[in-house]
Amino acid sequence: MAENLLKAEGIYKSFVGVQALKNVTFEIKPGEIHCLAGENGSGKSTLIKIISGVYAPDSGSMEFAGKKYEKITPIEAIKSGIQVIYQDFSVFPNLTVMENLAFNSELADRRKFVNWKRMRKIATEAIAKIDFKVDLDALVGSLTVAEKQMIAISRALMFNTKLIIMDEPTTALTKKEVGNLFNIILKLKERGIAILFVSHKLNEVFEISDFFTILRSGELVASGNTADLDAKKFSYFMTGREFTAKRFEAKNISSEPILETKNIGIEGSFQDVSFDLHKGEIIGITGLLDSGRTELALSLFGILPIDTGSFKINGKQVKITNPQTAVAHKIGYLPEDRLSEGLFLNQSIADNIIISEIDRLTVFAGVLDTKKRTDEIARWVKELSIATPNPENACQTLSGGNQQRIVLAKWLALNLDILVLNGPTVGVDIGSKHDIHEILQNLANEGLALIIISDDLPEVLENCSRILVMKAGRVVSDLDAAKADEQMILSYMM
Amino acid sequence: MEAKAPLKAKFATVYASDRHLWRLIFMIAIWMIFIAITRFQKFYSVLNFQTMASQFPEFGLMALGVMICMITGGIDLSVVGVANLTSILMAYLLLSLTTATGGLPGYAIFLVFFLAVAIGALAGIFNGILVSKFHIPPILATMGSGELFTGICLALTKGNAVSKFSRTYSMTINNKIGGMIPVQLVIFVIMAIFIWFLLSRTVFGTKLYMLGTSERAARFSGLNNDRLLIKTYMLSGLCAALGGMVMLANYNSARADYGTVYTLQCVLIVVLGGVNPNGGKGRISGVVLSIILLRMLETGINRFPSISSYYISLIWGGVLILVMVLNYFTENSTRFVKKQA
Repeated sequence: MAENLLKAEGIYKSFVGVQALKNVTFEIKPGEIHCLAGENGSGKSTLIKIISGVYAPDSGSMEFAGKKYEKITPIEAIKSGIQVIYQDFSVFPNLTVMENLAFNSELADRRKFVNWKRMRKIATEAIAKIDFKVDLDALVGSLTVAEKQMIAISRALMFNTKLIIMDEPTTALTKKEVGNLFNIILKLKERGIAILFVSHKLNEVFEISDFFTILRSGELVASGNTADLDAKKFSYFMTGREFTAKRFEAKNISSEPILETKNIGIEGSFQDVSFDLHKGEIIGITGLLDSGRTELALSLFGILPIDTGSFKINGKQVKITNPQTAVAHKIGYLPEDRLSEGLFLNQSIADNIIISEIDRLTVFAGVLDTKKRTDEIARWVKELSIATPNPENACQTLSGGNQQRIVLAKWLALNLDILVLNGPTVGVDIGSKHDIHEILQNLANEGLALIIISDDLPEVLENCSRILVMKAGRVVSDLDAAKADEQMILSYMM
Repeated sequence: MEAKAPLKAKFATVYASDRHLWRLIFMIAIWMIFIAITRFQKFYSVLNFQTMASQFPEFGLMALGVMICMITGGIDLSVVGVANLTSILMAYLLLSLTTATGGLPGYAIFLVFFLAVAIGALAGIFNGILVSKFHIPPILATMGSGELFTGICLALTKGNAVSKFSRTYSMTINNKIGGMIPVQLVIFVIMAIFIWFLLSRTVFGTKLYMLGTSERAARFSGLNNDRLLIKTYMLSGLCAALGGMVMLANYNSARADYGTVYTLQCVLIVVLGGVNPNGGKGRISGVVLSIILLRMLETGINRFPSISSYYISLIWGGVLILVMVLNYFTENSTRFVKKQA
């Protein structure tokens, strides 16, 4: 048995009364791929930050590469070989690949002048370590997410690295890119580098890791060999609840379609998309990241108006040229990026709920009716069971699942006919995900027409009545969800 | 002891409810006490307060306009340009209306105010279109339009003051209602209440704060951002025009380079008043208090003959930086707590 590379024992940490970590013990060996899982707020990030020296633990000890630390400072952590790759990769988008790569060592050597030749050499060596091919003079801002990640990994490897911590590295990657990433992780493993992989995606945990540790509300609930884990246990450990997925069955589909799209397209994004959507139906649209699914979603809400084709709503031809016209035709859109597109984070939960329907909550001529306002807010907080002591709190105080309910409430308050949901459960923990699915299925049965755009295949299969698979800007198949399975969808997608 | 504890806690919650506002109130109180001890007679007189109340509305009105723009995450640097353009055009109009006896027809004052508001609104709409339809960053758009308006003023007047119109206008605005309250103050209070109502009690106000918080989220919520911005800048232009009309009365003349220092002063006042320059946050009470604080500081300092008025900028700058640094500490500590929780 090899020596432990890292051993953290009995770690406690609290923030102003909130116990973030309670007696957590964690170890990792050289060349081990260890998956750290847990819901939002379970203490994953706190643990990472303690290991990398950003936070000091309240009590507990840490041993890294044979050396004991009461608490490690960020500089000590880097010097002894701990590198963290955060979700945003901490790259400079306005600098070139070469500058990004050479920047750290330039700083570390305390160089005052720039030597371009030397920088190019450093950068070339760095990307060669993981056989990553990229134009060194390209601006990092112009690269894809996966390429930025490769740059962050290359940069992490430039030092005498023994442990790389990756914080949810697969969130924004396509399936193929995840495959590439995993190959690189396996290569690093061969070189004896330990990887701490933070994820809450079950299939990734199974695919890549040797060992796992699961945290729930700051406590260690399970750890061991990944081979001993299965899907049911995993979600139980994560949430402390047991779930039975309920497959959606459309109960009252309207005879006439509420929305018909005919050969709609946007130059360079998607073409020739035609489908009918009925009330009471949930259509799933899936495809790879660049399949045009997001653009299609945006065109339904008027953010990206279509160039060709036409929309019919209730059998009448309409034009959707901006979000206001979409809303006027009773179409709502739950955006992919909840934090920047769906919510006004610093504003109150209350205002976030009513912002779209606010024009109706007036006494006269734009003067707010405070009673109508409070009634509406109370109604939606209750109806979608948004967990908040006071709706006047800023909505950034809520968890991802509750935030998503706010965005949902915003549209439901408008009493729409059609709701387009782009990645409705991205970044939402398992428990809330289950609840949101239940809400969506109930809405459909109450007569709303829904479109779910998602690359989470189990989600699409569980919640939709029909599934459109997109590939390279075209709908390549229209499946009955009851007869489809993951393999079948994947074969159309790829 | 036991009775005191809840009282202290109550104070703490009142203070925490709006630290910024309370801090401004404390600063005003401290300054007033200081003046009371050192220069009581020269400061605490009805006349002195009346003078201050007739002086601050000219830049106070402009600051109100800058405030609403800043709530949307923008800024309006053209306020002084708009004010001067309005006051010059209205001065020419008054000149042509002045009768041989040096009086004004009865409708004249209503007419000039009506036209001034219209000119201000038009200039504001122009800014709003630059910002919303052409996506020019507000700081550049309004700096450019401010130069343009000043340029029009210069071309019209060749740099000279427009005066010699009937004194009736100036005397009307410089009147004291009931012998006590200056008309300038009344104009300012009406605008301040109007904007307070707009921001806190209307759909428009709510949308403004939301737009200032996130333009993207506003778009994805189906708000008509362009129209909101145009309305905002229109309102700012309107405030600036009223400021110009007060200036016209206070100086009894109009010139292209009156009040040029007000541009930056307005921005300082608004930031000092607790409006977040990134948008989405800020209340009118803070801005009004900061207008009052700065007027009192300036007038108070003038009561010390040994301190040259050249020190005023220095003190202003000092106060502004002090408040921002204090903000950093309180904001930072609350931000920290929130993040962890």
